Amino acid sequence: MKTMIFASRNQKEILRDPLNVSLALGFPLIVLLLLSVIGNNVPENIFPVTTLAPGIAVFGLSFFSLFSGTLIARDRSTSFMVRLMASPLTAADFIYGYIIPLIPMAIGQSVICLTVAVLLGLPFNANVLLILAVLLPAALLFIGIGLLGGTLLNDKQVGGICGTLLTNLSAWLSGAWIDLNLMGGVVKKIAYLLPFAHAVDAGKAAIAGDYASILPHLLWVIGYTVVILVIAIVVFRHRMKSVSE
Amino acid sequence: MTAIQTVNLTKKYKEKTAVNTLNLAIEQGQLYALLGVNGAGKTTTIKMLSCILSPTSGDAFLLGDSIVSKPYAVKEKINVSPQETAVARNLSVKENLEMIAGIYGNDKKTAQDKSVAMMNTFGLVEVAKNRAKTLSGGMQRRLSVAMALITNPKILFLDEPTLGLDVLARRELWTAIRQLKGKITIVLTTHYMEEAEALSDRIGIMSKGELKAEGTAGELIAQTSAKSFEDAFISLAAETEGAK
Repeated sequence: MKTMIFASRNQKEILRDPLNVSLALGFPLIVLLLLSVIGNNVPENIFPVTTLAPGIAVFGLSFFSLFSGTLIARDRSTSFMVRLMASPLTAADFIYGYIIPLIPMAIGQSVICLTVAVLLGLPFNANVLLILAVLLPAALLFIGIGLLGGTLLNDKQVGGICGTLLTNLSAWLSGAWIDLNLMGGVVKKIAYLLPFAHAVDAGKAAIAGDYASILPHLLWVIGYTVVILVIAIVVFRHRMKSVSE
Repeated sequence: MTAIQTVNLTKKYKEKTAVNTLNLAIEQGQLYALLGVNGAGKTTTIKMLSCILSPTSGDAFLLGDSIVSKPYAVKEKINVSPQETAVARNLSVKENLEMIAGIYGNDKKTAQDKSVAMMNTFGLVEVAKNRAKTLSGGMQRRLSVAMALITNPKILFLDEPTLGLDVLARRELWTAIRQLKGKITIVLTTHYMEEAEALSDRIGIMSKGELKAEGTAGELIAQTSAKSFEDAFISLAAETEGAK
C-alpha cells in the first residue's frame, strides 16, 4: 500500500514533466520515422523496419535511466526526502516505489514504438508481442542504471551521464540503427561486452522468429540487469542511511 | 507525562561532535523551542529524534519508544516539517496531502477527508488543484506544515518553519501553531527570537552541540539579567561560543 502510494507519486512527477514525455516518446519516434524515410529513399533499404524497430525500442528505453535518475537525484537534494525519510516508508518501499512506476511506462513506450513500426510496415504477428517480453530485462537494466545514477550523482550530473552519455552509448554501441560490422572489430568487440547490442539482437531475433538466438543475447542483458540492480539497491540503501550526514 | 526524553544523545562526524551528550526532557503538549546559532546542533538533534539520523551513542525515547531500537514505532507517532519547504512539486495541493496521509496508513477515503480538513484549516481550499510548484513561498510552507499535521502526529518537529516567509505569512503560521498548543507536543527550531518567545512554553539554547541553558523566556532573561530575550540568548550563546 505505502509502496504503491509512493510509486504513484513518482509516476505523476515523471509524466507531468512535458520534457520527459517528449523525450521518451517523441525523440525515438522521430528517429524511427526519419530513418524509415531515408531507408525507403535509397536503392537498397539500409534501415529495414524489422531491424530498426527493435533498435529504436531499446534506444527509447535508455531514456528511463534519465527519468529515474533525475527524479531520485532531485528528491535527494530537497527537503522532500527528509520528510519521506521521517515517514514509515522502509528502504524497500523507496526502492520498489522508484522502480515499479517506470515498468508500465517503459512497456507503454515500447508498445507505441512498435505500433508506429507496424504502421511503417513491420508485420504484426505474435513476434511483436514476444519482443515486449524480450525488452523487459533491458527496461529494468536502464531503470537500474537510473537508480544507481540518481543515488550517486546530482541531477545535473545525472543529465550528463544517464542522459547524454548513456543514450549515445546505447545508440552507437547497440547497432540500433548502424550495423556494428561497419564500425570495425574493436568497436564491435567492446559493443558486445556491453549489454546494449545484446538487447537489440535479442529483439531482432524475436521479430525474425529466430527463437533459439534470443536466449544467449538475453542472458547477457539479464546478467547486467541483475548486477546493476543489486549494486543500485545496495548503494541506495547505504546512501539512504547517510543521506543527511 | 514526558513526551521526549534524551539520554546522553550524541552524534559525531569523524573529528566533529555535532551533538554532545544531550539530556533533555519535554513534557507532552509542550511547545519546546530549540535555539542556537548555525551549527549549534539543532537540526542534527531533530534529525536524530525523527529517526533520520542514527545517534553515535546515547538514545532518545519518544512516548516510550527508543529511536535506536524501535524507529518505525517512533515514526508512526511523529511528523516533521523540514527546514526548507518539502512538497512534491508536480503534485497538486490535494494530492500532496492525500499522499502523505496514505503513506502513514490511512485508507483512500480517510486520506481524502483529512485532506479537506487540512485545506480548510490552512486556507488551501482555493488552490487545492494547483500544483505545489506554482504556489507562492508562503503557501508552499503552509502546505508543508499541513502535510506534517495530516497524520495527526503526537509529536511534531518544526525546523525553522517561518524561514523566508514575509511578516504576514509568518503571523498566519504562528496562529496555526498556537492552535496546536496543548494538543500535541511540538519541537520548534528557529532563528527568530520573537518567534520563540511568542510561541514557546519552554526554550532550550544549544551551542557547540550542547544544551547550554533551559527554561521559559522569562527565566532565561532573569538568569542572564538581560533586558530582552534576544539579549539573553546572545549572552548565553556567545558565552559558550567564546569559551570554546
